Amino acid sequence: MPVNKKIRELQEKREKVLLGGGEQAIEKQKSMGKRTARERIMALLDENSFNEYDLFVEHDARDFDMDKKSLPSDGVIIGSGTIYGAPVAIFAQDFTVAGGSLGLMHSRKITKIMDHALKMRMPLIGINDSGGARIQEGVNSLAGYGEIFFRNTISSGVIPQISVILGPCAGGAVYSPALTDFVFVVDNISKMFITGPEVIKTVLGEEISMEDLGGARVQSEITGNAHFFALSEKECFDQIKKLITFIPWNNGQKAMMFEPGEPKPEYNINKIVPEDPTLPYDVKDVIRAIVDNSDFFEIMELYAKNIVIGFGRMGGRTTGFVANQPLEMAGVLDVDSSDKAARFIRYCDAFNIPIITLVDLPGYLPGVDQEHAGVIRHGAKVLYAYSEATVPKLTVILRKAYGGGYIAMSSRHLHADFVFAWPSAEIAVMGPEGAANIIFRKEILSAVDPEAMRRQKVEEYKTKFANPYVAASRGYVDAVIVPSETRKFLMHSIEVSENKDVTMPHKKHGLPPF
Amino acid sequence: MDKNDKLGFLNIDTSLYQTRISNKFQNRKSYQPADPRIILSFIPGIILDIFIEPGQNISKGEDLMILEAMKMQNKLKCNMDGKVKSVAVKKGDKVSKGTVLLELE
Repeated sequence: MPVNKKIRELQEKREKVLLGGGEQAIEKQKSMGKRTARERIMALLDENSFNEYDLFVEHDARDFDMDKKSLPSDGVIIGSGTIYGAPVAIFAQDFTVAGGSLGLMHSRKITKIMDHALKMRMPLIGINDSGGARIQEGVNSLAGYGEIFFRNTISSGVIPQISVILGPCAGGAVYSPALTDFVFVVDNISKMFITGPEVIKTVLGEEISMEDLGGARVQSEITGNAHFFALSEKECFDQIKKLITFIPWNNGQKAMMFEPGEPKPEYNINKIVPEDPTLPYDVKDVIRAIVDNSDFFEIMELYAKNIVIGFGRMGGRTTGFVANQPLEMAGVLDVDSSDKAARFIRYCDAFNIPIITLVDLPGYLPGVDQEHAGVIRHGAKVLYAYSEATVPKLTVILRKAYGGGYIAMSSRHLHADFVFAWPSAEIAVMGPEGAANIIFRKEILSAVDPEAMRRQKVEEYKTKFANPYVAASRGYVDAVIVPSETRKFLMHSIEVSENKDVTMPHKKHGLPPF
Repeated sequence: MDKNDKLGFLNIDTSLYQTRISNKFQNRKSYQPADPRIILSFIPGIILDIFIEPGQNISKGEDLMILEAMKMQNKLKCNMDGKVKSVAVKKGDKVSKGTVLLELE
C-alpha cells in the first residue's frame, strides 16, 4: 500500500472514531445543554494544545452480545495539553458512547492518563459524564473503579487533581471526584449520588428528583462535596482556568508568580470593620483590601458561609486565605466550617501555598445538634491542620478572638509564624459579657442594682482585657498594627518566609480526626 | 455588604451578635429526650407482620412486629413489661426511619 493511501486510511479510521456515539447521540447530548466530551476538552485547553491518546482502544467484552457492539474509544477520551501554558493531563467521559459507562478498557484508559500525570508531575483533570458501571462487563467494571480510586489516593497531595461533573456521576463513580482536590459542578447538569431516586423510592418509599437529591446546588450548599458552582459549562471552564493560575503543577513546586498590583482604592481597609464587636461586616472586603488587584478567588462560596476560604496573591505569590465571616452566623466555628477550613489548610500545606488567617469570631456554635454531630472531632480538624502545616502561617486578628476559637484560628500557640493584631482586637478567654457574668457573679447578685453592677463589671472587663495588649505583653502577638499597615506587614512576612524550613518528626502518617 | 440583608441575632456566651442566620440553623430540630414507651422504626422498611394489639399486656422480650428492611426481616422485641396503648401502623405499611410504630402505657 502506498504511503499516502495508508495515511488516508488512518484519517478515515480517525474520522469514524471522532464521531463518538454518532450524530443522533450527539444531538441528544446537545439537547440537554451539554457539550460533547471532545468539545469540552477543546474549550478547556489552550488552542491546538490537545494530544489525544488511545483513540483506537476497544473493549473485548463478550457476554450479553457485547462482542457485536463497537464502542468508539470505549467511551472516554484521554490525552494531555496545556491551560495558559501549564501542562495538564485530562480525561473526559463520552456520554454519547454507551452512556459513558465504565468498562475495563474505559477504566484502563483513565488509569493510563492518571499514571502519566503522576509520573510527569502534572495536574490531572477528569470530566465525569457517565451512567456508571457498564453492567455487561460485571466485576471487571468494579475492578476499573477500584484502580482509579487507588490512583486518586496515591496522587493526592503530589499533583493537583480536579474533577468536573458534567452529567450524571452516580454510585461508586462518585468516589473518584470525592478523592480529588477540587470538584466543579454546573447547575442542572451535574448529578451526584450514591443511591439514586429509583432505589430510594423502592426501598424507602420516598420520592425525590435527581436535582433535589444530588444536583449542583445540593452538592455546593448542603453536602460540601463540590467546591465550585457555575450556571453554565462555559462559566465552569473559566473557573477551572482561573484555578490553574493559582496552583503549582505539583507538590515540588510553587505556584507561578504574577506581576503584583495594588488593591483597588474602593476597598478602604480603615472603614470596613465596625468598632462594636457584635456588628457584622463582609470579611471578603478586608481580603480584597489586602490582596493584589483586590482579586480574591473564593472556594466553596455557598457552603458553611461562616468561614471564607480561597486564593489571592500577595506581591505576585499565591496565598491561601482563611477568614471568619462575621456576616454569616457571627463567624462561629461549627462542624461544617471546621471541615471546610481544615481541608483547605491541608491543601495549601501540600502544595506550598502560604496561609493568611483573618480572625474575628465569638467562639464555637452552641447546640445539641452541633455536639451530637461531632463538633469535637470536626473542630479538632482545624487544630490538626494548622499545627501540622509547615508552609508560612500568617495571622491577623481583626477584632474578636475569644476562647477556643482564638487558639484554633492559627494562633501563636499552634506555631503561626507571624501574628498581627489590629488595635480593635479583643484577645480574651471569652466575650466581656460572658466573662463578667462568671467572674463577678457574686458581686452582681448581691448588688442593690444587679443590672447596673453587671454593666459596670462588663465595662471594667472590657477596658482591662478586651484588647490586643494583654496577648502582646506575652509575645503571643508579634505586632499591633494599624489596619492600613496590614498589606505591608503581610507582604514582608511572606517574603522573609520564602525559604521557611521546618523538620517534623519522622512518621508514616499522622492520624487527623477524619 | 448589601443594605437589604436580612439580619438576625445569634447569642454566643450571652452576647448578641447581629448576623445572617443560616437555613441549617433555623431549621434545626430542637432536642427531645427519648421516651422508652414510644417505639420508633430504627431503619426505613415495610411492616411485614404485627403480633400485638392495643390493650394487650406484654412482657419484656416478647415479639412486637417484623420490620423488613434491606431484605432483612428484623423482629422487634419489647424492651420492658407493660401494656400496648396503641399501634400506629398496619401490615404492609412502608415506614421511614423514626416513624412511631406503637406506644406502650
